[in-house]
Amino acid sequence: MGNYEIALVLGMAAGFFCRLLLLRSDYRRYPGYPHGYVTHLSLAAVASLIGALAPLALIKREYTAVTFLALAAQQFREIRDMERKTLGQLEQNELVKRGQDYIEGIARVFEARNYLVMFTSSGSSLATYYLGWKIGLAVMVLFILISNRLKRGRFVRDIAEVVPVDFGFKGAHLEIDGVVIMNVGLAEAREKLKREALAVKLKPIDDDGRAILHDAGQRQAILHTVAAVIGSKREIGEPEWTPLARKNIDTGEILLFILPNEKDLECLIEAVKMTPVLESAVNRPLKSRIGRAAAD
Amino acid sequence: MAVIVTEESKHKAGGGAPIFVARDAAEQQELALYLTRILNAMAHDLENGVMVLVRHS
Repeated sequence: MGNYEIALVLGMAAGFFCRLLLLRSDYRRYPGYPHGYVTHLSLAAVASLIGALAPLALIKREYTAVTFLALAAQQFREIRDMERKTLGQLEQNELVKRGQDYIEGIARVFEARNYLVMFTSSGSSLATYYLGWKIGLAVMVLFILISNRLKRGRFVRDIAEVVPVDFGFKGAHLEIDGVVIMNVGLAEAREKLKREALAVKLKPIDDDGRAILHDAGQRQAILHTVAAVIGSKREIGEPEWTPLARKNIDTGEILLFILPNEKDLECLIEAVKMTPVLESAVNRPLKSRIGRAAAD
Repeated sequence: MAVIVTEESKHKAGGGAPIFVARDAAEQQELALYLTRILNAMAHDLENGVMVLVRHS
């Protein structure tokens, strides 16, 4: 096998392996089925082939090969669309919804991961072609590490402090820290909530954090994560048990209220903290002069 | 979607939604439970003898 073929095979393997590592199913339960894996791995195979082949074709002065890259980009945009549609359809039957923002975020991630696969395979195949397979392997490991680092975003624990908080009823109004969360008309429901519900407060660390928590999509994502991880008693036709997150408009703190399957405060706090910060919610007022001036 | 009033607060409700009149607060609670489960709605208490049932989407 010549240098060219080794570069191609190693590049492809690098891309495929990279995708395999990025494709870890967790509490998000997605992709949760073998079919989902097959879809994503096949696309990864295509991406890594293109990624490995593109630089080699350029070296051989086959400039038409570049058009394939454009074609590939188009293909991967469709992945985003596919994810968006699938999750959007599942959303209709979710009791605690993910929210459009979260879905958009997940769809974007799926698209971006294919580009990471392409970069990894391009880098590895180039290195192998010029410097031999040993260096190629090293570059492969390096690129996979970089991809792994890139896939990690920020979490709620990075932008806010999560503390337990007491709640109570003033008449029919459920109040936390003086903020009205909802009006519960049924006396029985009030009693049950008093006994079994939990509440926490999310204190933003700075004004950037406050801007992120202000985003309604981000709050919905937190509720979805919490309900997915610790469970919620929310049931069809029983809206009293809906988990809610409301903002204290004066301080920017978020008050989160949920009727969990099991009353475990520590787990609730951890579940809130592990929620990813959505790309669409990220806002950095502190990066602007006026924002910094307004913050003090 | 509907309004449930106690006998003595009957005069406080009017308008387009169906109005159910309960004997007392206890029956009002009972009616509210039944109707919320039938209508997939949530009961809100205005604390003046009037309860409204709302379906939040």
